[in-house]
Amino acid sequence: MNRIIKIILSDIIRNKIVLAYTLILSILSWSSFALEDNSAKGLLTILNVILFTVPLVSILFATIYLYNSAEFIELLLSQPIKRRKIWLSLFFGLSTAMVLAFFIGAGIPLLVNSPDSIGFMMLLNGCLISVIFVALAFLSSILTRDKAKGIGLAIMIWLYFALLFDGMVLFLLFQLAEYPIENMMVGITAFSPIDLARIQILLHLDVSAMMGYTGAIFKDFFGTSVGLLVSFVLLSLWAIIPFFISMRKFNKKDL
Amino acid sequence: MIEIKELQKKFGKFEVLKNINLSCKKGECIALIGPNGCGKTTLIKSVLGMVLPDSGTIHFNGNSVLGEYLYREKIGYMPQIGRYPDNMTIGQIIEMIKKIRNSSDDLDEDLLHAFELEKMFDKQMRTLSGGTTQKVSAVLAFLFNPDALILDEPTAGLDPLAAEVLKEKIIKEKEKGKLILITSHLLSELDDLITEIIFMQEGKVHFHQKVEELKTTTGEEKISKAIAKILKNKQNEPNH
Amino acid sequence: MKKISFIVFLLFFSIGKAATIQVGPNFPVKKIKQALALAKDGDTILVHSGIYKEGTILINKKIYFIGKNFPVLDGQNKKEVLSINANDVVVKGFKVINSGHAALNDPCGIRVYDKNNVTIQGNILDNNFFGIYLQNSNNCIVKNNIVRAYGKAEQLIGNGIHCWKSNNLQIIGNKITGHRDGIYFEFVTQSVIWRNISNNNVRYGLHFMFSNDDAYITNVFKNNGAGVAVMFTKNVKMFNNYFEENWGDSAYGLLLKEISDSYIFNNRFARNTSGIYMEGTSRIKVEKNSFESNGWGMKIQASCMENEIVNNNFLKNTFDISTNGSLVLNTFNENYWDKYEGYDLDKDGMGDVPYHPLSLFAVLTENTPSSMLLYRSFMITLLDKSEKVLPSITPDNFVDNKPLMKSLPL
Repeated sequence: MNRIIKIILSDIIRNKIVLAYTLILSILSWSSFALEDNSAKGLLTILNVILFTVPLVSILFATIYLYNSAEFIELLLSQPIKRRKIWLSLFFGLSTAMVLAFFIGAGIPLLVNSPDSIGFMMLLNGCLISVIFVALAFLSSILTRDKAKGIGLAIMIWLYFALLFDGMVLFLLFQLAEYPIENMMVGITAFSPIDLARIQILLHLDVSAMMGYTGAIFKDFFGTSVGLLVSFVLLSLWAIIPFFISMRKFNKKDL
Repeated sequence: MIEIKELQKKFGKFEVLKNINLSCKKGECIALIGPNGCGKTTLIKSVLGMVLPDSGTIHFNGNSVLGEYLYREKIGYMPQIGRYPDNMTIGQIIEMIKKIRNSSDDLDEDLLHAFELEKMFDKQMRTLSGGTTQKVSAVLAFLFNPDALILDEPTAGLDPLAAEVLKEKIIKEKEKGKLILITSHLLSELDDLITEIIFMQEGKVHFHQKVEELKTTTGEEKISKAIAKILKNKQNEPNH
Repeated sequence: MKKISFIVFLLFFSIGKAATIQVGPNFPVKKIKQALALAKDGDTILVHSGIYKEGTILINKKIYFIGKNFPVLDGQNKKEVLSINANDVVVKGFKVINSGHAALNDPCGIRVYDKNNVTIQGNILDNNFFGIYLQNSNNCIVKNNIVRAYGKAEQLIGNGIHCWKSNNLQIIGNKITGHRDGIYFEFVTQSVIWRNISNNNVRYGLHFMFSNDDAYITNVFKNNGAGVAVMFTKNVKMFNNYFEENWGDSAYGLLLKEISDSYIFNNRFARNTSGIYMEGTSRIKVEKNSFESNGWGMKIQASCMENEIVNNNFLKNTFDISTNGSLVLNTFNENYWDKYEGYDLDKDGMGDVPYHPLSLFAVLTENTPSSMLLYRSFMITLLDKSEKVLPSITPDNFVDNKPLMKSLPL
């Protein structure tokens, strides 16, 4: 397996899009940290990158890469290699590449400028979000044979988690404003990996506000070590389940 | 060497393979022929595990291939249209496959030299012509001394010279006692190679016969004519 | 032999003049009460180190009551430890511990009853119900004491330094921790609270009611249950204080309720749930303060008017400003807001575009607190941005017309 991962990784790392992504992330991060004398703006920029850019680039790049490597997959399949191994290797290769790009582009400036729990939390969540959206890309590319449809699906998935889901939650909040829904809201966040990551970061970035009345409910859940564990398990599941489904489909796919 | 029993496959509603039964033995050079869309490529891909059959079994050397992968070490496959990662060079592709196989056996680099591919090692795959890509596919198929060779339209894109080189190589391998399965439209090209013929039509095996037998029963010298005669007879049968 | 002659000498010396009476295990006078009975006005009682369990010690003469190497006055959790019922008393250098714990008669470590010019200095008060209690006492000084208790709930503990109906007090350099309110002022006027450190108290670091014309300067209020409350008061000056890490649902760096004509200058509000919470506040000037990393920099309720917020720094707050209404009768000028994204073409150091410090989301969370869940999501950022361009929900006169481009060096 390592041999195949190495081959895939060396192919992706030479890819111009990944290089550009890393470069843009790093320019954005360094410049936003350098702009102000405090780290607040830089942290906010990276937060938005994690919630917006990282999912988009991860899912789009991975989907397109998967469609473009149809030939490669076919070639590998005619070789004495397990199907499962091919798919896993692709996943590890792509995940590693996206995590590396995020780490070099945003993680290093983060650790240099904010070497505390906020920086660490952001780094961790950024990496997890990268992996999760690579996994979702695997799902979207296995669901349809057509490249255009697959990319469309990937964009829909991203749009849903980055924007629509929050819109729906906001709508729900106002509809049910009179009821004690805070605990339910904690549960609802589990349905969006971006929200889970955002709240994890929020608890460190806006710790003072999170100590307030409603914030305290999130703090009481996500802020405890059990909550922390639960949300990281949930985030991991967001990566494992889509990938697992895609792997089952791939094992049964005719090429 | 390859035993296929009651193989069925549907793509959606379309039945591609209908109850296929075949037995291919060592030392034979078998031509798999038939009109476009008759299921030849699907059959080959089923043997290779790239297409998963709905029902039926495929045995390679006595073992079922379903869910297996190691048996593919013993098969060299040359696809109809070889498609390779665009931005890799010929050298990298060959190097990569060698790494993946990680085989300690002696490599068979005859074709590599015969096609003079070493000169083009730095060329990226997307810049290659169809014929050169075919040459790469051929090299990869023969590279690891496999016991069985499955060649899907091997000579379709090759120039006559390269086709001749490939043919000689096939004969050489056949004489080593290997099983060679070739699909082709161009029957005339296969005349001096093949020992058996499988004719497929609409997902069924029409007939599977030794070439000698075929020639004697039809009384024709050329394979293509012999086949044409059989087809005519079959078509006429309902009228009689 | 030597000791006896020394005491005899002392006794002779004390006749007519101020005398010093020594108390200690190795001295003829072994009990403080004994010494107090012997003493006359103007005498000094010097207590040597040891543990004195004498119930309530009542000082009713004008004496200097001095401890050497912190003699321990132990109330054995029964009663008040030290009662002062005379003018001009000085209490210095004692360790006062274990007063009784009761809710009805408020037992204290040290209590002054309706007397003036008392000085309580350099004592350690440990595990008392109330620490130091000044009741109807003027011109007193409470200085450099360490007052600590281990309160768990509001009802089970008294205040650290409790001042009631007094005038001209100086509360200086004390460290108070673990009480209900660190420093408590009710009906105390013309007094100063200076250089105290009040942290980890159950309720307020400083609780201030009906106390006009006071000043508190250079104090640290950190990590108290609900921060600092200043209520029903006018003419208060608050300079150079630190309000830090007061976290919780109703915790404020500084809670202002029904305050008028006061001046808040050069304070630092950092990492509080709310930096300043204002309710029914009028004619207050908030100048040159730094609001940093708070949940809400300032919460200004609609009942506030004619307040001036000038030349402050707002840095890294989740929300700079929040309010509960649409009526704005306060002015903001020349503050630095780190969220300001305008430009300064004429290079006068002030942004050319007015800044609206009230974000849409601050209004949303005020009405629907659980929407905090969505904070910093892309959706909300988008809504906030569009609201900044076209204000529709936030009051458009909630504005700083001259936002500073650079933070003030505070």
